[in-house]
Amino acid sequence: MTTMTAQTTQVYQLFIRATPEQVWDAITKSEFTTQYFFASRIEMEDGRRRAYGPGGELWGDSAILEEDPPRRLVHEWQGLYDPDLAAEETSRVTWEIEPQDGGITKLTLIHDQLEGAPKTAESVANGWMFVLSGLKTLLETGRPLTG
Amino acid sequence: MTDDDRVFKGLADPTRRFLLDRLYERDGRTLSELESELEMTRFGVMKHLRLLEDAGLVVTRRSGREKLHYLNPMPIRMIHDRWINKYRERYVSALADLKNELEETA
Repeated sequence: MTTMTAQTTQVYQLFIRATPEQVWDAITKSEFTTQYFFASRIEMEDGRRRAYGPGGELWGDSAILEEDPPRRLVHEWQGLYDPDLAAEETSRVTWEIEPQDGGITKLTLIHDQLEGAPKTAESVANGWMFVLSGLKTLLETGRPLTG
Repeated sequence: MTDDDRVFKGLADPTRRFLLDRLYERDGRTLSELESELEMTRFGVMKHLRLLEDAGLVVTRRSGREKLHYLNPMPIRMIHDRWINKYRERYVSALADLKNELEETA
């Protein structure tokens, strides 16, 4: 399978039939993330975004840079789920949530500052597509994409 | 026109596919950069980029005074899930059926 050339700024945009509040909850609350985000639990506390794998292992522990519900969330990114990725420099993830006409919300995810994290850039390129298409399916059908 | 129609229309032109391939190689390009690779007027390239943007295949971001163009892989991924995976599964299962049938009769 061909993967996207690992870009140092990656942009993903999709339209979801849901409200901005629903999208915000889906990206910040474990009851949703466990259903589409590689079964991970997300905790947003003390200015940090922590992600835990299904067995409770720490997958991510990064600073939240901006938090403006339900419109904008910016946090650092470092994959702790793989030692090769954990050894790389921290990158940044921005979630932009914009309401559109007709009950549609535009979600734009920008993963940038990947200059010091080539393996992460390669790894997340497929990951984000899977995660975001799962997020859309979950919000629009109430059911996860797989299983 | 549905979202899928716009994506198929976006892809149904060699210049637009060329532009997508350039962005696939390296994202975040300006209009001038993209224009320099094509034998086409600035206006023509802009028109193609506008169509790609309407289809969601290209997303633009401002960086200072510059407008940068990024490839958005999501619409192609959705088309893939909807139109490619589905038929590939059937094809693969047809092959599996054929194999079973041949082995049974052998």
